[in-house]
Amino acid sequence: MTLALQLWGGLLESLRKLGAVILFLLAILRQCPAALARPRLISQQVRNSGVLSLVIIMTSAFFVGMVIGLQGYDSLSRLRQEDLLGAGVALTLFRELGPVVTALLFAGRAGTALASEIGLMRATDQLAAMEVMAIDPIRRIIAPRFVGAVISVPLLTAVFNAVGILGAWFIGVRVMGVDNGAFWSQMQEFIDPEDIFEGVLKSFVFGVTAGLVAVYEGYNSLPTAEGVGMATTRTVVTTSILVLVLDYLITAYLL
Amino acid sequence: MAWLTPGSIAATWRQPDSVTADNLVEISGLHFRRSGRPIFSGLDLGIRRGSITAIMGPSGTGKTTLLRMITGQLRPEAGTVTVAGQNVAALSRSALFDLRRRMGMLFQNSALLTDLDVFENIAFPVRENTRLPDALIRHVVLTKLNSVGLRGAADLMPAELSGGMARRVAMARAMVLDPELLLYDEPFSGLDPISLGVVLRLIRLNNDALGLTSIVVSHDVAEISHIADHCIVISEGRVIASGAPTELAASPSELVRQFMAGAADGPVPFHYPAPDYAEQLLGAGR
Repeated sequence: MTLALQLWGGLLESLRKLGAVILFLLAILRQCPAALARPRLISQQVRNSGVLSLVIIMTSAFFVGMVIGLQGYDSLSRLRQEDLLGAGVALTLFRELGPVVTALLFAGRAGTALASEIGLMRATDQLAAMEVMAIDPIRRIIAPRFVGAVISVPLLTAVFNAVGILGAWFIGVRVMGVDNGAFWSQMQEFIDPEDIFEGVLKSFVFGVTAGLVAVYEGYNSLPTAEGVGMATTRTVVTTSILVLVLDYLITAYLL
Repeated sequence: MAWLTPGSIAATWRQPDSVTADNLVEISGLHFRRSGRPIFSGLDLGIRRGSITAIMGPSGTGKTTLLRMITGQLRPEAGTVTVAGQNVAALSRSALFDLRRRMGMLFQNSALLTDLDVFENIAFPVRENTRLPDALIRHVVLTKLNSVGLRGAADLMPAELSGGMARRVAMARAMVLDPELLLYDEPFSGLDPISLGVVLRLIRLNNDALGLTSIVVSHDVAEISHIADHCIVISEGRVIASGAPTELAASPSELVRQFMAGAADGPVPFHYPAPDYAEQLLGAGR
């Protein structure tokens, strides 16, 4: 009985939080037109979230590409199909690894920065001061950061895919000796617009997810050092789980 | 009783400040709880236009909470908070924002935006709330900075300011839209004597020069007594005394006298309620 009550309580709490997140998203969406009308605020956030994440994205992408190239070459060479390496790498990156790994890295690099920045603004009364100055923090602080994340993740995913392919090309063509022409032509042959669409759709959904979780956790963090730390941790954990769950759901829906 | 006259402290004891047309802020029958603990239980008070009113009381009596209710950041469970004739809790969000444009607030930790320099911090509410051209904004900001003596610090970042300077910048920011009502939350805490004197002087000067109404929440009884026209002491959710600072010092209430004199022991005991000392020392556990 106690366990059942606890489960019921947990379920109600989860539903309450889900409702709060949806209301928060609606509040952000209402303020998005005002945020978009100030492109300087958005570009500043794209720089903070996106441009400053480029190093970790490109470094990770190159090594992920090299690993896929190596594993792919090893598998394909057993079937004497090494020429398909470029197509295999591109399919893997465009449809799965590109959006997913980019979103996970974004949560770790930019999501935590967003959550802690907003959490510290809460803890030091900066958000309260804005309210008293008749400035809506959702409009001035939250919406531009959310939009910045939604723009950044798809762009970072594109960069991740491009650098990942270069990593795979380096290993496959330059190190393992796969034919350069076959690498690129097979990629061109096998990649359909649907593959690109799937990747773009996922990266957009993951951008919304990562941005929403980060700004929600930061905005609702307890105004203490511990509260900001917990918000940062929850941002990474929640985003990571949601990205993996959503990845499965989108894949299952599109296949 | 619209306002206290010298020697009327006995008459004001445990009586609310009256609500009159001359009051910019009127609070009546205010009830509010936090985590089940009552903060206000039928609080009544009025803040007269053009005055500096000090709100004092032991820690945890809800002085900052009261400021947050005046600015509409918190809503009362019962009772009304009226500012300039408008019931704050009943206002729509846009009407509340309109009202807030007529207020300024100095936060205890200054609450400067850490990613903007001093100039931009003060320009921030102007840029967000008006469509004034940059040249005019520059003029307004430099005027306000000059009034707090920090025109030369316009390019500094908040992290480069001392506590006293940060407080003065926050004061300039709170005044930049020329509000009718300025709220100060513990404006003297953590300041050295020189900075404290500067802030004290600025509160009085700004109030008189700009025709403001100021509410100052402070524990610094001696300091605030120099500039306040009126003091209100809150304890256990109610106004327990109000009047001019000199009147409160002569209050018949031991609690008020303890507070005004800063005595360590009295009706507010030095020791937090605890079991017998000897028994606890000789017993087990903590």
